Amino acid sequence: MIIPHPLLGPRDASEFTYLGDASLLARPDPSAEGALDAFHDYLHLRDNPAGQHRELWYHEQGDRSWLVVTRDTLSHEITAVELARDVALRESGS
Amino acid sequence: MKGGHRLSKGGQIDRETRLRFRFDGQSYTGHAGDTLASALMANGVQVMGRSFKYHRPRGVVSAGVEEPNALVTLGTGGRADPNTRATVTELFDGLTAQSQNRWPSLRWDAMAVNDALAPFLTAGFYYKTFMWPAAFWEKLYEPAIRRAAGLGALSGQDDPDAYDRGFLHCDLLVIGAGPAGLAAALTAGRAGARVILADEDSRAGGRLNAEQEAIGQDSAADWAAEAWAELDSLPNVRLMRRSTVIGAWDHGIYGVLERVAEHATGPSAGTPRQILWRVYSQRAILCSGATERSIAFADNDRPGILQAGALRAYMNRWAAAPSDTIAVFTNNDDGHRTARDALAHGLNVAAVIDTRAEAPESADFRVIAGSEVCGSWGRRGLKGITYRKGRGTALRLECGALGVSGGWNPNVHLTCHHRGRPVWQEDIAAFVPAERGVPGLSVAGAAAGLFSTQAALSSGARAAAEALNDIGRPCQPAALPEAEDAPVNITPFWLVETPKTTWASARSRAWIDPQNDVTHKDIKQALQENFRSVEHLKRYTTLGMATDQGKIGNVLGLGVMAEVTGAPVPQTGTTIYRPPYTPVPIAAFAGRSARGDFRPTRRTPSHAWAEEQGAVFTEAGLWLRAQYFPQAGETTWRETVDREVLAVRAGVGICDVTTLGKIDVQGADAAEYLNQIYANGFAKLPVGKCRYGLMLREDGLMMDDGTAARLAEQHYVVTTTTANAGPVLRHMDFVRQCLMPSADVQIVSTTEVWAQVSIAGPNARALLSRIVDLDLSAQAFPFMACTETRLKNGVKARLFRISFSGELAFELAVPTRYGDALMRALMAEGADLGVTPYGTEALGVMRIEKGHVAGNELNGTTTALELGLGGMVSSKKDAIGRVLSQREGLVAEDGLRLVGLKPADGKDALPAGAHLFTRGTPADAEHDQGYITSACFSPVLGHPIALALLRNGRARHGEVIRVSSPLTGVESEADVVSPHFVDPEGGRQRG
Repeated sequence: MIIPHPLLGPRDASEFTYLGDASLLARPDPSAEGALDAFHDYLHLRDNPAGQHRELWYHEQGDRSWLVVTRDTLSHEITAVELARDVALRESGS
Repeated sequence: MKGGHRLSKGGQIDRETRLRFRFDGQSYTGHAGDTLASALMANGVQVMGRSFKYHRPRGVVSAGVEEPNALVTLGTGGRADPNTRATVTELFDGLTAQSQNRWPSLRWDAMAVNDALAPFLTAGFYYKTFMWPAAFWEKLYEPAIRRAAGLGALSGQDDPDAYDRGFLHCDLLVIGAGPAGLAAALTAGRAGARVILADEDSRAGGRLNAEQEAIGQDSAADWAAEAWAELDSLPNVRLMRRSTVIGAWDHGIYGVLERVAEHATGPSAGTPRQILWRVYSQRAILCSGATERSIAFADNDRPGILQAGALRAYMNRWAAAPSDTIAVFTNNDDGHRTARDALAHGLNVAAVIDTRAEAPESADFRVIAGSEVCGSWGRRGLKGITYRKGRGTALRLECGALGVSGGWNPNVHLTCHHRGRPVWQEDIAAFVPAERGVPGLSVAGAAAGLFSTQAALSSGARAAAEALNDIGRPCQPAALPEAEDAPVNITPFWLVETPKTTWASARSRAWIDPQNDVTHKDIKQALQENFRSVEHLKRYTTLGMATDQGKIGNVLGLGVMAEVTGAPVPQTGTTIYRPPYTPVPIAAFAGRSARGDFRPTRRTPSHAWAEEQGAVFTEAGLWLRAQYFPQAGETTWRETVDREVLAVRAGVGICDVTTLGKIDVQGADAAEYLNQIYANGFAKLPVGKCRYGLMLREDGLMMDDGTAARLAEQHYVVTTTTANAGPVLRHMDFVRQCLMPSADVQIVSTTEVWAQVSIAGPNARALLSRIVDLDLSAQAFPFMACTETRLKNGVKARLFRISFSGELAFELAVPTRYGDALMRALMAEGADLGVTPYGTEALGVMRIEKGHVAGNELNGTTTALELGLGGMVSSKKDAIGRVLSQREGLVAEDGLRLVGLKPADGKDALPAGAHLFTRGTPADAEHDQGYITSACFSPVLGHPIALALLRNGRARHGEVIRVSSPLTGVESEADVVSPHFVDPEGGRQRG
């Protein structure tokens, strides 16, 4: 696979390591009521879609950026790539 | 009848060049341009192998990579290459080949007795026959079966050759240099696109070399050579001969195996034998041609029976014939070409037997229409066939070779690599590639089911123009000359039923897959036993396995299956193919990453010095670390390690600890960040101090431990264990970028920037003060202090007062290039103090004596609470892993707890991995109380000690516990004690 890195252009997938569902960006509030259950869901319950999937890749053999890659799990077509930091900033509203 | 021989004229061989070669010890000669198979045929050698299961004599059936029978071991010694297809092995002077799967010889194979036992060796026989007793399977049955059945064997010697990997980029990759591929490459090449044209053969042209036909004014083979020459002159075109495209991966990436030096006794110096290329393409066109399939009839595996098209290839390309009298068995017009070419070469044509009642007539040879070949005879090679019309009597026909054509299967393989499923096309009775099976890959020529040369040329040119238009480089299809354009006339025919009346019918078998000895009976039996899905049938009968991967048998098997079940082919199913297209040596995948270069080796800054001291090294991840430093007179490693430990505890020792991960953390929010990655508090750590840090995974289990030193208000240095340096950096990057995106914090690994040495023991201060210009008194530089400083000679340094050994200890870091000099300086300065270098083994003993946890305890299943560090997990703040560390199962009162063990009798060894049981209970999973994580001999205490995780262990100090290790044969008892064996109060390290 080739991952179009937002800063470095097309890079071979072998330069990256894979983590999983980008929902890991949404870490629950540890002080909220029911945090234990929320963390359990956050860590262990993932969707396994046949189709579009937002997932985290780490450019370990490159610039160490964490990326959010939108990939079709059926065709491996990649439709969007963003820096995870940008996504996290946007989604946390800061 | 004459056997195999060389035709007096024709062929693309160089008759002036004579090449000597050996097969099974016998000397022969051939010509440049020959393959091993064509040269053997020309020398009259008919039997080239023995079959997989029944050891039947086998001859060549094809002229290409699909060859199932003529598999040989090529070369000798470390270069011996088993299962090499003689049909694609270029002949060279000095070639040596051996036949396989026979004993004692190809001609007299004792294992041919298997053929007589055939009724017992049908599909799945080993699932049914060798059932009892169960223990016999591994020890007796399986080895015996594996000896009796099989292909070639590996030499077991080291391969002396180098293999390489490479990377290429192009606009258009053209796969195959037959008429379609050449037309595609000419179109794109003339338009100026960056083109790679890869072909598995040594000579471009594909089928054009195997047929007698014209393109424009030229012979087809000459046109191919001219097209190749034109492409060779274009700077934007890269031609790759002897290069097989083995697979289609994602986003236009293809694997290409180039055989650089297969056609010689060995590569010349500096040349790899093979190169595995990774080709990045914008677009690709598959022009891989088609493979002729057989028609199954009784005893259709006799040497001398081959594909009708292969027969033409041997005559036309290599001027070789398997006999002077040939017959053809066909269900389509293409088979008749073989008879026409044979006549043109001056051979006798006994007959063309055509299954179709409406077979085309010929004035030149006998055509027996509406008839089927139903058997063959000849002891080691074909002497004749039997045939019959309808239910009529079987008649005999003498011939020395039979060309069989059941139609052509497009080579769809690469289009299946993304799970594209081929589609049945009724008019040509063949599976053609699925539309868009692989994104960016189009298909042209015979691979797309377009079987005439004219259609191949025009479809190749068109596909190239379309591909270039797609990527914004508009162009027109290349202008190409006229060529053969015969329509496909075929009536599918799969299996000839043997006449029930003949005595032989009960024993007769029609081979579907000669490679694996799968016959029509196996398919019928599998169906009877309800293996109805094609995928099940394949696995049960082994149809389509081994080196040819179903190129010969898959579609025929499917056709026979359809015929037996009465369902049409498309409803019966289709099979798809995986990479690689043809076998690839593991060595080619490894490339240069083999032997000592399998992975990089990291050496510490003091490596050369340690070697001079005679150190024994051990692997720690990619690192080589000094394990211990034996001295003259020491006979066991234990003796050395005991001396090193005692020297540190009584005097001073030094150890290179560079391999521990070092991560620099800087920024206004660095303190807040460390507070988040460590479970214990870091907000209040003052400048100039270190703190032990506990890193949890988000699931609450231990991830790593280390220290964090605050060198300045916004500057920390974090250490990790050697093994976790990479994963911890990855985790810290994740927290920084994904969970704390607005925090002002930057991190970078400095593991390789600083050489770090531990100086430990009561005399550590005395030694260090000779090197560093700093007040090292306990008041000025207390336990857990840190500072940036300089050595007396001005070299900048960092100093940390931390201790893993439990002694008064410092870790001194200098820029990596001074690491070697630092070790030498410490040894010289400390000579009168008896300074002793110590390795990882002594380090391990001392940390076990102290009860410090390390990799054995941080094993991915343990919690801080279990390791006696639960009190460090702060409940006053958030940190990664804090919430889930409080899960019910992780905080249970009676959970595992770290304890120390010492042998009850003071002597017995306590092996790591041994399990613990309450005395008087059985040693089984139900009564398991825990296990030993680390063990060693303590030279300080004079007996073995161990660290263990014991259920409710803190409350069990003083108990005598059963230690059981069936694996090492140890059964003993141990006292449960505190894990802190030496200096439990920690007075020494604070001194």
